[in-house]
Amino acid sequence: MNEFFSESLLFGFTLSVAAYGVGFAVQKKFKKAFLNPLIIAMLLIILFLKIFRIDYETYDYGAKYITYFIQPATVCLAIPLYKQVEVLKKNPLTVLVSVLAGCIAHVLIMIGSFYWLQLDETVIRSLLSKSVTLAFALPITEELGGIGAITIVGLTIAGIFGAVVGPGLLKALKITDPVAQGLGIGASSHGVGCGRLVELGEVYAAMGTVSVSVAGILTVLIVNIAVMWI
Amino acid sequence: MKYIFQTGIIFAITLIGEILAGLLPLPIPGSIYGLILLFLLLLTGALKLKYVEGAGNFFLTILPFLFISNCVSLMDSMELLGNHAIVIVVLTVVSTLVVMVVTGGVAQFFISRRKKAEVKEATEGGAEHE
Repeated sequence: MNEFFSESLLFGFTLSVAAYGVGFAVQKKFKKAFLNPLIIAMLLIILFLKIFRIDYETYDYGAKYITYFIQPATVCLAIPLYKQVEVLKKNPLTVLVSVLAGCIAHVLIMIGSFYWLQLDETVIRSLLSKSVTLAFALPITEELGGIGAITIVGLTIAGIFGAVVGPGLLKALKITDPVAQGLGIGASSHGVGCGRLVELGEVYAAMGTVSVSVAGILTVLIVNIAVMWI
Repeated sequence: MKYIFQTGIIFAITLIGEILAGLLPLPIPGSIYGLILLFLLLLTGALKLKYVEGAGNFFLTILPFLFISNCVSLMDSMELLGNHAIVIVVLTVVSTLVVMVVTGGVAQFFISRRKKAEVKEATEGGAEHE
């Protein structure tokens, strides 16, 4: 199978679109946060490649052209940030201080578990960026010399876990303000968390979007300082 | 044609971000420079939202899909992931909870304090009025 498909640019591309389409349909039908279209598509493609004994390289020969668009698409995250600039202007200190506190707490846990629990350095380097959106996280992991696959796994768990338990947990801890909930879930569970916030209401979603962007930018800066201690 | 023009603008900003990442010694990815540049251009009014919004929204809608190949690359790291599975899961769950609670808690503290101050101000204002 490899020989047949390795010449075809369209194979990886078509398989990707088809699998994502299936994932999207499943999510639309059942509306559950853990049924993320990307995860469904990933599992379907891996299954397909394994069954037909096709290498990842053969698949990526066509699929890498999809990857090229990550950069300009990431730049476009400036658009929702700009649209929410009023929210940011209204609570600049609340947004900056709370998200900064969250990002620092995250780095401290990672560095702490490296020193005291003697965890694997590569795992820590790969998980340092895992609470921010994939578009920020993967380049950070690359810069830090981590393994992208671990980042993706951590990021996926963080997103789904936060989206599912986040609102209930925060409410139980008397963190009830929509602004606070949006910021908390955005800073810990990135885009997947925002998907849940959209269901809760406009203020939640707006704060979530702002939180994701601010957390991404702050994490890039903090992680680069933090990594000096590893 | 409009979308090609808009895509061109977005690509140009992305390219400038890449160049900045190459020139500046900071370990910050080019797309982050691009994001900040586009944000500043919009904020200062140098670039109107309507010149990037159509193509921009399209890119944002498909953003998760663009990571598909990165995700599928997991298939070559299954063994490595298996060896560290418990550490990765536990550390991720714990750190996610802490970040969420710390960020939410700090924000709630600020908001509650401001609300109290507003209530106090309102009641004091009312007292003066009498």
